[in-house]
Amino acid sequence: MKKQSMFPLNHVLGFVLSIALTVGAVFIVYQTDFSASVKMNIIGTLAIFQALIQLIMFMHITEGKSGGINIINIAYAIFLAIVVVAGSIWVLTTGHAAM
Amino acid sequence: MKYDFFVTGDPIILMSQIGIGLTMIGLIALITYLKKWTYLWKEWFTTVDHKKIGIMYIIAGVLMFFRGGVDGLMMKAQTSRPGLELLNAQHYDEIFTTHGIVMILFMAMPMLIGIMNVLIPLQIGARDVAFPKLNALSFWSFFVAALLFNISFVIGGSPDAGWTSYFPLAGKEFSPDIGNNYYAIALQISGIGTLATGINFIVTILKMRAPGMKLLKMPMFTWTSLVTSVLIVAAFPILTIALLMMTLDRMFGAHFFTVAAGGDPMLWLNLFWLWGHPEVYIVVLPAFGMFSEVIATFSRKNLFGYVTMVVSIVAIAFLSMLVWVHHFYTMGNSAAVNSVFSITTMMIAIPTGVKIFNWLFTMRKGKIQFSNAMLWSLAFIPCFTIGGVTGVMLAMAAADYQYHNTMFLVAHFHYVLIPGVVFAVFAGLYYWWPKMFGFALNEKIGKWHFWLFVIGFNLTFMPMFFVGLDGMSRRMYTYSESTGWAPWLGFSAVGSLVMAAGFAALVYNLYWSFRYASRDVGSDPWDARTLEWATASPVQEYNFAVIPEVTELDQFWKDKKEGTNKIKKEDIKDIHMPSNSAVPIIMGVAFGIVGFFLVFEMFILSAIFSVGIIACLIANSFDYDDGYHIPAKKVLETERKWRGDL
Repeated sequence: MKKQSMFPLNHVLGFVLSIALTVGAVFIVYQTDFSASVKMNIIGTLAIFQALIQLIMFMHITEGKSGGINIINIAYAIFLAIVVVAGSIWVLTTGHAAM
Repeated sequence: MKYDFFVTGDPIILMSQIGIGLTMIGLIALITYLKKWTYLWKEWFTTVDHKKIGIMYIIAGVLMFFRGGVDGLMMKAQTSRPGLELLNAQHYDEIFTTHGIVMILFMAMPMLIGIMNVLIPLQIGARDVAFPKLNALSFWSFFVAALLFNISFVIGGSPDAGWTSYFPLAGKEFSPDIGNNYYAIALQISGIGTLATGINFIVTILKMRAPGMKLLKMPMFTWTSLVTSVLIVAAFPILTIALLMMTLDRMFGAHFFTVAAGGDPMLWLNLFWLWGHPEVYIVVLPAFGMFSEVIATFSRKNLFGYVTMVVSIVAIAFLSMLVWVHHFYTMGNSAAVNSVFSITTMMIAIPTGVKIFNWLFTMRKGKIQFSNAMLWSLAFIPCFTIGGVTGVMLAMAAADYQYHNTMFLVAHFHYVLIPGVVFAVFAGLYYWWPKMFGFALNEKIGKWHFWLFVIGFNLTFMPMFFVGLDGMSRRMYTYSESTGWAPWLGFSAVGSLVMAAGFAALVYNLYWSFRYASRDVGSDPWDARTLEWATASPVQEYNFAVIPEVTELDQFWKDKKEGTNKIKKEDIKDIHMPSNSAVPIIMGVAFGIVGFFLVFEMFILSAIFSVGIIACLIANSFDYDDGYHIPAKKVLETERKWRGDL
């Protein structure tokens, strides 16, 4: 590994960020007056960032021999999921079904 | 449920039943008489050699082409004159359904996968595919599925809801016969094989290239095959799930696609085309790769714009996942949906146009040789462009309300798929035949094949554009004199006979060349550019005595020019090869039997026989056979035979 320094900056940063995101989610659910759907949207977004932090900073997805391949696989899977699931819902719930 | 086990009451079908029975008995008797069972079992049925598997795919593809072609001729005969009653409506429905499925899934796919099988390891300098036994299983599951699908017209009745099998028509309520069960089960079994092929080729191409062959030094056919494999892995699981839901609907009373209990028939269309549109590119991309190889070789130039070619293929593959709604604009989508899908569809014309110009520029100032393979590639460009331009017309959602489900659409996709796939397969067969079999196909008979087929193709499908614009919808089994379509359709029927004569010329060519063609073609008859020509014709079982090293695109061409295409005796080592295996064929047969009982909804019997599939999986897990070695001495002997000096 290239940046093998004494102080584990990445880990500390990741730890702080993941705590912050979790506390943020709790704060939004218990301490704000947003409607339920707005709350869901916000914590959903926070969850995606949480997952990214876990994958990159703790699970070392970008490192090692197959790092690049892992990223491509995940991007491919996300692309397909969006196309198939979100695409189908969009196509089938607008137009004829909505009428 | 109502069905007769054997389809009865029709003299044509009765004749086919007797014909099929006699052919089977004759075939078995002939093989027994010639004592070829052991040979077939050892050399072909249990083989894991990618070249032999490829050849079996191609043979099956040619047979299916004949079957699908006969379907087509029957439709053309039925519509040749107004008010004809050669076929009744039910038969016509069954025939256009099986014509579509056979041509796409059991003709185009195996032809292309067959050629991929033979060539990909050779083009990348490998000794086999990554998972040879899985490859054999892919073939047998396809082959068994094809047989299962084809017996439908004599046993139980064929599917009759169109190759798209739209719900609610394809549901139990409107199609209570078992015909559509054949559709669900046979496609499912063959889809398993195709998915495995996709995975196999991705791994093969990514992991087994010769040393030095970077991704951007791969031959164009290898590139297109890689992208096709990725598309297979993306799209086929969607078909798997859609067919599973169809099976549950039809056999177990689920309601995914029936309105009755909150299902949605449009969900079937949506899922079908989520697979179906990428499927079009799955068959057409490897074909593009073949044209690229053929055009470069016979223009005596390297391929123009290699990198833009690669970018175009990837762009086509990406966009092909985003256009599926253009098959059902008329379901009444919102303006936003139809506009987005219109735009993505039209965008596909851009990378495709880039490819057309790249081929033209490859030919520019080249020394073009008009061999048969090149003729097919030359005919492809104008014919395919007509298909492409009419495709852009259909892409416009507003205009599509006029064209939807007319003969105009039918003419369009035949103008795309026949030049795009069938011409490519013919070009590929003429081009690579010497590599596969050690003799070339006759060029003179090949010219007959070419001219009859191309002229016949245009005569058949050009008139369909005009009847389509004149309002003839697809899948009409008859029409009245007053429509004024009779001259066009009569013309078209004559064209189909010319096309059939072209196919007959091909069959004669195969026969003639097999009997009389010179066996002395050398390893590189066309003075070609890529690695498959660096080894013997027909190819030895181990492909390459010494794995070649690659520094350039068109490595073999460079080696020839610099005289570095010799191998050294000291470099030849023992070669490790995979052993044959009976597991794939037994598992394939088990799949076939299970499928057959599932079609007839005999669940206990199919459960009993599915033990066979599981037993094969277990047997395979305990198979510790690591293959065998061909000793260096024997390799040297074989190499001396065709190289002469070593």
